[in-house]
Amino acid sequence: MVSTAAIRVRLPHHLRILARVGSEVKVDVEGQMTVRSVLNALEVKYPMLRGTIRDHVTQQRRPYLRYFVCGQDVSHNPPDDPLPEKVVSGNEPLIVLGAIAGG
Amino acid sequence: MTSVRVLVGTRKGAFVLTSDGKRKEWDVSGPHFGGWEIYHMKGSPVEPNRIYASQTSSWFGQVIQRSDDGGKTWYQPGTPPDASNKTPDGMPAGESNKFVYDTSPETGKPLTTHQWYDGTQHPWQFKRVWHLEPSLSNPEVVYAGAEDASLFRSSDGGQTWQELAGLRGHVSGPQWAPGAGGMCLHTILIDPSNQERMFIAISAAGAFRTDDGGKTWKPINRGLHSEYIPDPTAEVGHCVHRIAMHRSRPGSLFMQKHWDVLRSDDAGESWHEVSGNLPSDFGFVIDVHAHEPETIYVIPIKSDSEHYPPEGKLRVYRSRSGGNEWEALTKGLPQSDCYVNVLRDAMAVDSLDPCGIYFGTTGGQVYVSANSGDSWAPIVRDLPAVLSVEVQTLS
Repeated sequence: MVSTAAIRVRLPHHLRILARVGSEVKVDVEGQMTVRSVLNALEVKYPMLRGTIRDHVTQQRRPYLRYFVCGQDVSHNPPDDPLPEKVVSGNEPLIVLGAIAGG
Repeated sequence: MTSVRVLVGTRKGAFVLTSDGKRKEWDVSGPHFGGWEIYHMKGSPVEPNRIYASQTSSWFGQVIQRSDDGGKTWYQPGTPPDASNKTPDGMPAGESNKFVYDTSPETGKPLTTHQWYDGTQHPWQFKRVWHLEPSLSNPEVVYAGAEDASLFRSSDGGQTWQELAGLRGHVSGPQWAPGAGGMCLHTILIDPSNQERMFIAISAAGAFRTDDGGKTWKPINRGLHSEYIPDPTAEVGHCVHRIAMHRSRPGSLFMQKHWDVLRSDDAGESWHEVSGNLPSDFGFVIDVHAHEPETIYVIPIKSDSEHYPPEGKLRVYRSRSGGNEWEALTKGLPQSDCYVNVLRDAMAVDSLDPCGIYFGTTGGQVYVSANSGDSWAPIVRDLPAVLSVEVQTLS
C-alpha cells in the first residue's frame, strides 16, 4: 500500500503572490516523503511555480533559495533523503527560504 | 474614441497608464506583480488586448505572463486558469517559463560557449527575457530576446518556447561577450514589408539580420567604430544599445550605440554616424516619429561611467533630418539637478496626430509629450526605476 501524507510547505512572499496562496500550503505526497517528492507534488498542484524553485532543466535548487526542516538546513542534502517524522506528520513544514534582500 | 495605453515595466512591478487622445488626464493601474522585475511588456499589434510580459527575478527565475483583457488580469500562458494542472503525459504545466537552449545535433551543435569578461570561454546560461516582440500579423506568435544572448519564438501564445538557434550558432558566437549589464538580446525589429526579415541587437555583440525568418543570421555592423574593443571596426563585439525603424521605411535603421548615433539606409549593410551636435553621443534609447520617418529622438547621457544626463539637464534631442542636426527639447523637463538614466527599452511613440512621445527614467518618472516633443509633462513621478515603456494606440 502506498503511503500518502499532507505535507506543509512554507513559501517565500514572491511565490505566494505567483501561486495566489497564503504563507503556507498543504500538498498530498505519495510514497517516499523527500524534498524532491514534496516539490514535485507542489509543482503539480501549483504549476505556475514550476521552474521558480528548481531550474526547469537541471532541477537544481536556485542559488538564492534554501530548504529548511525542523530548524535544519537540508539544502545540500541529497534531495531523496527521507524527511523527518515531524514533517511527515504535519507538525513541521518544509520551508523554502529566499535569501534576504538588501538595498 | 481613441485612447492610449502605456505599458511600464519597472524594478518592482508593472504599471498600466491609460488616457484619452488628449493625453492629459491619466489613470494608473498597478503595481501588477509587485516586487518582481518586469523587464518588458508589449501588446500584439493585431489583437491589442493581448499583452505579453516578462516577469523575472534573481531568486525565482523567469516567468512569462499574458493578459487577454488589456492588462486587467494576467496569467501564465502555460498555466491557463481554466485548464488542467497536468499536461497529457502527467507532468505539471508551467511550460511558459521554460527557456531551454537548443542543443540538438541538427541545429544546436556549435552552441557551447561564449567569451567571458576575462577572455576565457564560458557556458551559455539562460538568465532572463529582456524583450518581447509580438508578431505583426499573428497574435499567437511572439519572440523573446534573452540573456545570455539568444532569440526564442513561441507560436502558441507564449505557452512554449523554442530557440532560433541559428543566431547563437553563428560562427562568431564564441566571440560574443557580455557588457556590464549582461549579454542581453534587447532589440527585435520585424520588417513590416517582409516578416521573414528581422533585425536584432545584442550587448555586446552587435546587430544581426535574418532574411529567412530566423534560421540564419548575418552580422550587420559595418561602419560601427568602437574604441573600447581591440579591433574598433570588428565584425562583432560592438555594444549596440538600441535600433529603431519607421514602418514605412524598413530599410532605414537608426542606432544608439554605446557611444555614437548611427543610421543605415541599406537594411544594416552599412552604417554612418549622425551624432552631429549632440552634447553627448552616449545614450540608450532611440525612436522614430510615427508619421515622419526622418524625425528621430535620443536622450543623451553624459558617459558610460556617469549614467546621467549632461549638466544635470534632462533633454530629449530631436532631429528632423534623420540625424546630424539636433535640437534640444526641454520644455517641461527638469533642467537642473537631474541625475536619472533612461534605459534602452524605455522610450516609445504612439500613432496619434500629433505624435506622442513617451519615456521613463530610473528615477521613476514617466514623461509624455503629446506634441511630438515640443513640451513634456510627467504622467507619474514616483514609480520604481523604469526598465521599459511601450505604448498602444487604441481606437
